Amino acid sequence: MDQLLQAIKDSITIGCLYALIALGYTMVYGILKFINFAHSDVVVIGALSTAVLGERMLHKLAPGATAAWYYGPLLLLLAILICSTVAFTVERLAYRPLRRAPRLNVLITAIGVSLLLQNAGQLKFLFGTEPHPVPMLIDQTATIFTVLGVKFRWLDLAIIGTAIIFMVALDYLVFHTKIGRGMRAVSHDTRIASLMGVPVDRIISFTFITGAALAAAGGFLYALRYQTVTQPADTGWALLGLKAFVAAVVGGIGNIRGAVLGALAIACVENFGAAYLHPGYTDVYVFVILILVLLFRPGGILGKAVVEKV
Amino acid sequence: MASASIARSPWLKTLALLAAVATFAGCKKEPAAPTAGGNTPAAATAGEIVIGHYGSLTGGQATFGRSTDEGILLAVNEVNAAGGLEVAGVKRKVKLVSEDTESKAEKAGDVVRKLISKDNVVAVLGEVASSITLEGAPVAQRAKIPTITPSSTNTTVTEVGDYVFRVCFIDPFQGYAGAKFVREQLKLTKAALLVDKSSAYSDQLSKEFAQAFQSMGGTIVATADYTQGEKDFNTRLTSLREKGPELIYIPGYYTEVANIAIQARALGMNIPLMGGDGWDSEDLAKNGGAAIEGTFYTNHYAPDNPTPAITAFVTKYGAAYNGKVPDGLAALGYDAANVLFASIKTAGTTEGPKLRDAIAQTKGFVGVTGTITIDANRNAVKPIVVLERKNNAWVYRATIEPK
Amino acid sequence: MPTHVLVARAALPFLVSLLLALLLHFGVARFLDDYDRGLVMSVGINIMLAVSLTMVNGFTGQFSIGHAGFLGVGGYVAGAVTYATSLKLYGDLETRGSMLSGTSLNVDPATLSWFGQGDLLFVASLLAGGCAAALIGYVVGLPSLRLRGDYLAIVTLGFGEIVRVLIQRTDKTAALQAWDRVHPGVPAPEGVSRVFAIENSVLDPATGLSQTTYTAVSDANWFEIAPRVGGSLGFSAVPDYTSIFWVVLFAGVTIAVASRIKRSTFGRAFLSIREDEIASEAMGVDTVRYKVRAFVIAAFFAGLAGGLFAHFKSMNPNEIGFARSFDIVIMVVLGGLGSISGASIAAIIVTLLPEWLRGLDQYRMIIWALALILMMIFRPQGLLGVREIWDKALWQGLVRFIKREKSSPKAGGGA
Repeated sequence: MDQLLQAIKDSITIGCLYALIALGYTMVYGILKFINFAHSDVVVIGALSTAVLGERMLHKLAPGATAAWYYGPLLLLLAILICSTVAFTVERLAYRPLRRAPRLNVLITAIGVSLLLQNAGQLKFLFGTEPHPVPMLIDQTATIFTVLGVKFRWLDLAIIGTAIIFMVALDYLVFHTKIGRGMRAVSHDTRIASLMGVPVDRIISFTFITGAALAAAGGFLYALRYQTVTQPADTGWALLGLKAFVAAVVGGIGNIRGAVLGALAIACVENFGAAYLHPGYTDVYVFVILILVLLFRPGGILGKAVVEKV
Repeated sequence: MASASIARSPWLKTLALLAAVATFAGCKKEPAAPTAGGNTPAAATAGEIVIGHYGSLTGGQATFGRSTDEGILLAVNEVNAAGGLEVAGVKRKVKLVSEDTESKAEKAGDVVRKLISKDNVVAVLGEVASSITLEGAPVAQRAKIPTITPSSTNTTVTEVGDYVFRVCFIDPFQGYAGAKFVREQLKLTKAALLVDKSSAYSDQLSKEFAQAFQSMGGTIVATADYTQGEKDFNTRLTSLREKGPELIYIPGYYTEVANIAIQARALGMNIPLMGGDGWDSEDLAKNGGAAIEGTFYTNHYAPDNPTPAITAFVTKYGAAYNGKVPDGLAALGYDAANVLFASIKTAGTTEGPKLRDAIAQTKGFVGVTGTITIDANRNAVKPIVVLERKNNAWVYRATIEPK
Repeated sequence: MPTHVLVARAALPFLVSLLLALLLHFGVARFLDDYDRGLVMSVGINIMLAVSLTMVNGFTGQFSIGHAGFLGVGGYVAGAVTYATSLKLYGDLETRGSMLSGTSLNVDPATLSWFGQGDLLFVASLLAGGCAAALIGYVVGLPSLRLRGDYLAIVTLGFGEIVRVLIQRTDKTAALQAWDRVHPGVPAPEGVSRVFAIENSVLDPATGLSQTTYTAVSDANWFEIAPRVGGSLGFSAVPDYTSIFWVVLFAGVTIAVASRIKRSTFGRAFLSIREDEIASEAMGVDTVRYKVRAFVIAAFFAGLAGGLFAHFKSMNPNEIGFARSFDIVIMVVLGGLGSISGASIAAIIVTLLPEWLRGLDQYRMIIWALALILMMIFRPQGLLGVREIWDKALWQGLVRFIKREKSSPKAGGGA
């Protein structure tokens, strides 16, 4: 019973992390129709800058002590700033020259950008390859309540709460503001939107910045939850990004609410699979689900199947 | 007709290109290796003695490779400062060539081939990870160049052939020592295992621990596994917690152990955790913080163990590398290099087969990591130490003698 | 055209590959040391991988980024076949090759025959590896090639990861055991340091202790041996049959087959899919079927390359993930999407450059990443585009380009 409860709790918290990352994929895909492979590396930058800046600011903190409450939001803000700058620059320098190029070329560029960010980050004067500890921004062990041996910590609440705030804000931005209307218009049809006077390039830049802000929040919460952040060139990070992308596809790519739903679904598959089938094969479960969804409902849970126009 | 199509044949030109490239590579490098055997023709003269080290200087296990390299370099510099190594009455300087494997097994073969063919090394030191040594060692074995691995603990490594040695203990002994410590000193009977399935090291160590622990009257109440790079262990820790273990044995690498410890403490599991030498890194304490208080691991040596060899080494290492405290891998690198030097001295030559015999006869070598004797299977027989995390510091807890 | 000319034309590329392989093996390789020979073999294997991926990513314009998965399948299957067969037939893991592949036994090289039993085993396992990879290619390709380009990328990436995880988890203790673990207390015969036995751990229900038993390999069945090649320690116990001869031969065959396909009706269909999938469907090309075919052929050659790799270096589940796949993608994209010679040249450069620029290791991937991005912005078709270095059009274009460059300063001076 407590295993079930634990799996549910983990599904929700991890689902929230995936959702923040998946939103970035889905927004870029919705507008530019390509998988932004570099998105997961923006998440890494968010997590690493939280850890490294936190280390700098709080190096005097006694081991085991918790930092003052305002350091959390401050670091989150800094992470958002850094990530947005990176994403803006990448879009400007690498993606914009390819606006009219075939999608395949953009995809290859995205892989190039991803490799670049990943390997540049490993340079000694940037983040290096060693693990970075994250200072205690919130008391790791403080619990709100315990049910059947499963602890609900303030940390979990902070993760879920922050994620929900960001998601609600995004929903408002997209569906209730002028710039959001612009985003929807560009995503619907770029050419017509530009004929109607929508500043397409500015909207695209803005989309990248918004996606990066969400990625930064994801990275920040990741750092908060896992306490150490490393920058290896191996599978760990890319898999995180990949799973978030799978979540976006499962929810219906291009659909913002679908991405959140897909993220929760993927987190459930992972955690319940680990708890009740075998914990070693979580990646396999996720990709099997992906293939099944693509075969039987290619549009995803909330998306509609797209027929390519001739 | 047919001849016309030959002239137009595209593949012909590509293959010619390939041939040109191969020829080019050959011409460029030919002078470096006059004999195509890969043996050591240059070693016969009284010049420098070249030894090779291949390690993970970049990539996921970079800290391991760099520590080892620092240890080896310290030993080399010491010998050279004393005027060189005396071989058959002549003092010869030692030159170290270090090559990077990028933490990939795939690279190890190339790198060892390079050390042997291009640099004409007389012996090879390296790798830390057993999976990488298993790729590099056969190359040296074929060329009849002795390999001493400082810290590959998997049993299969020295089974590659009679030119492969190690100066560290093997995993079965490490598992046995861990089990013995838990049963006799901590006096616990119920242990759980959390195994890194992506690492052969972790896999073998867990099996050996389980076997020894059971034969000493303990029980393994639960087992769970993970793969390297994972961050979330809550589900697995919860499933372990249900079985009520008194200790969790985690034979993994420090990168994941820190997270496991933090998450276990957050789940309210305040039982002792124990691991092997994969825990040996400054970063474990840096990342794990208070969560690793009350944990133990078996290691090659303890810097605060007050033996003269260790005190001298710690001082020299600190002086050479800005006051850094050497970890076990640095100490093993240092010992591996010194065992090699001692063997070159006794062999009186740097020829592969004779050097091999000299290394095989190493007996009672007093190193930093204990007294080393090479057994018939080319493994080192030596004691093991247990470290405990107490008041934010790793302290020496016990020594377990060989079986 | 008379039949014998057609046959000669069909057989020619393979004969030339054979001759070249012999020439390199007995001629050039003589002047190379171990390390250089290793590099030539690495180059050859990477050419096979790059050219095979060109058939999918270049010819049909699909985008597969899980090619290392096929390398893994081929390598593990081929390695396992040689491994198990050697154990069953000979009881050991020595290389019993001929002059073409060498031997690890204590035999005078001059007495070796032209083609040995070991070579036969080797070629058979390579083919088995290639076929296994092709089969998996079919299974993966059939559903996912119904999807659009970028979904395919994700599915292939996921497939590669699934292969990696499954291999990592198929692990039992390796069959090589030290003599004293199998026969405790019994002194080993002269020269024997290890023995081949299978370790089994059985939990004794009475005592709760696990009992370890050993079975000699000769008594074990094939299914007991097979799972022992997986696991995270990698699979290095395969006899080293791969030699320059075999690598050059198979690389030549791969290039020959690829260029044949490119110029055939088959290849025209591939290229039409790449240029415009909807239009080519309208013209009656069964796009899904052609895409699957390209995928299966590419998987076959990647599997062959994997087999050569397994008999040369060691297979390791951590190194057949997508970092490896991306390496192959880089070769294909830099060389030119659709250019066989371009992919080959890129494979040579990507393999050799880091070896010559040792010491710049941490910048290696940064350089490739930048090259990839700049290439996409300034020359999106890659070094050679769909052209080959033997295409007249390429050289004519180059001559025209140089002429224009030469004439332009004159024009500037006149003005």
